[in-house]
Amino acid sequence: MSIHATHIARPVTVSRVMLKVLAALLPGIAVSVYCFGPGVLVQLLLATVTALAAEAAVLRLRQRPVAPALADLSAVVTAWLLALSMPPLGAWWMIVLATLFAIVLGKQLYGGLGNNPFNPAMVGFAVMIVSFPAQMAAWGTPLAALDAAAQLQWIFTHTLPAGSSLDAISSATPLDVLKTGLLQGGQDASQLLQQPRFGHWGNAGGEWVALAWALGGLWLWQQKLIPWRTPLAMLAGVLAVSLPLWLWQPAQYASPLFHLLNGATLLAAGFIVTDPVSGSTTPLGRLIFGFLVGVLVVVIRVFGGFPDAVAFAVLIMNMAVPFIDQTTQPRVFGRKGGRHA
Amino acid sequence: MSNTPSVWQDISRKGLWQQNPGLVQLLGLCPVLAISNNVVNALALGLATTLVTALSSATVSSVRHWVPHDIRNPVFIMIIASLVTCVDLAMNAWLHELYLVLGIFIPLITTNCIVMARAEAFASRQPVREAAWDGTMMGLGLTGVLVALGALRELLGKGTLLAGADKLLGPAGQQLTLQLAGPDYQFLLMLLPPGAFLGLALLIAGKNVLDARARQRAAAAANLAPHAEASPAP
Repeated sequence: MSIHATHIARPVTVSRVMLKVLAALLPGIAVSVYCFGPGVLVQLLLATVTALAAEAAVLRLRQRPVAPALADLSAVVTAWLLALSMPPLGAWWMIVLATLFAIVLGKQLYGGLGNNPFNPAMVGFAVMIVSFPAQMAAWGTPLAALDAAAQLQWIFTHTLPAGSSLDAISSATPLDVLKTGLLQGGQDASQLLQQPRFGHWGNAGGEWVALAWALGGLWLWQQKLIPWRTPLAMLAGVLAVSLPLWLWQPAQYASPLFHLLNGATLLAAGFIVTDPVSGSTTPLGRLIFGFLVGVLVVVIRVFGGFPDAVAFAVLIMNMAVPFIDQTTQPRVFGRKGGRHA
Repeated sequence: MSNTPSVWQDISRKGLWQQNPGLVQLLGLCPVLAISNNVVNALALGLATTLVTALSSATVSSVRHWVPHDIRNPVFIMIIASLVTCVDLAMNAWLHELYLVLGIFIPLITTNCIVMARAEAFASRQPVREAAWDGTMMGLGLTGVLVALGALRELLGKGTLLAGADKLLGPAGQQLTLQLAGPDYQFLLMLLPPGAFLGLALLIAGKNVLDARARQRAAAAANLAPHAEASPAP
């Protein structure tokens, strides 16, 4: 499958694009490994193997050629995005199950690459957060002293070597701490945010991971692989809700910086809302799509029941994409007025 | 034994498989999706619906010559509603716990499309015995889908089968419950509404696969047979 014009010397193939997306994820992965330990790599490996196996199995069932679909690397991108959104020290079956749902249900049952209305990685994530909220909330403690062997043992057997305590390896995410803290009452947001878990900018350790995602996203934009409209519109959407709330009652609501650096906000801006298949494709549509994803992320985080909301926001807006695309079709050159050119 | 199926066989085959209300006609989806989170609830609602469909079809058929065509729908609904009220009161009296669980879905059998559809499409133009048989088979077809979906969701969602069977069968039913996974096991998605949609989609896909295979076999047999017989012919 190639999408090249005649004047471009080297054709842009899907697998080249996907390879660059994977490369753009590397800085974030490196920082994640530094922060949460080699468990991150185990999650990536488990997700990749499961994704390729699931893709091959379904393609065989559908009697479609297997090799080209595996070689386009799109399943690996889905697997990596999913593995990077899941808890780094989650049990092995969680990432396997999530990847199966993403590839089989989110992608292949709709007809494979290019036909899925929903972002497959977000389908997998949403299935897990709805089904296993407790396990999904237990994140590795950043910079915890836990060696690789202990992490492996925890991921595969759910036991720990003698001497290490569960607190060292699983802590709630800052979003979770804030949400439960506010629900319990007693302390307001500004007091809660003084805790060491939040660091200086709202997410100790995690802020560097988030910035590394942003770096990868910027490189993809520089390589002309993602449009600037969707990510910027999404960040504008996040600001549009979080800034007024914070200015209105800083004691009650977290700052816009907190929302930018926590959860999957920057990962989504660079790699998830820019998915060319499930996102909007018209110029105006990309602005609307991205902006509303950003708005929904903050609205669901602040007023909803789940701590992070990127998956839900993206899935909800995926549903709206056909409508957005239809109503924002650009005028065809040479025709007057008519929206439905 | 003749090759042409009797009218009874034909009606059963349509109700249970070919025109299955849950998998083919996709009628009465609201209770199918809402009540199929375990086997016992699914079975109870399925049987209640079967009872209503059978009785209403028989009643509608028996009065079909006296019901004016223009007001047939209100008449059918009155008949169905009276029967549902009887089932509702009976379940409240004898299966009270189950009645509390199924709640609004018992009275809602009145508005279940499959009951009305059989009254309109079959019972209002067929003799009483055929209509009663059709209602029974359509109801059982729906019950089959409900139970299959209930089993799938209960097994994947909670790791049990037939939990709460005592509500349907009395204290003896408690021993029927199968615990197939650890007590901590829970896969919430299958118990929540998305699990109902996913499960029903899987069942429909499964039926389509089976039908497609049957068609292929039939086509293969039809291709072979004439060759074997007609080989001397040009």
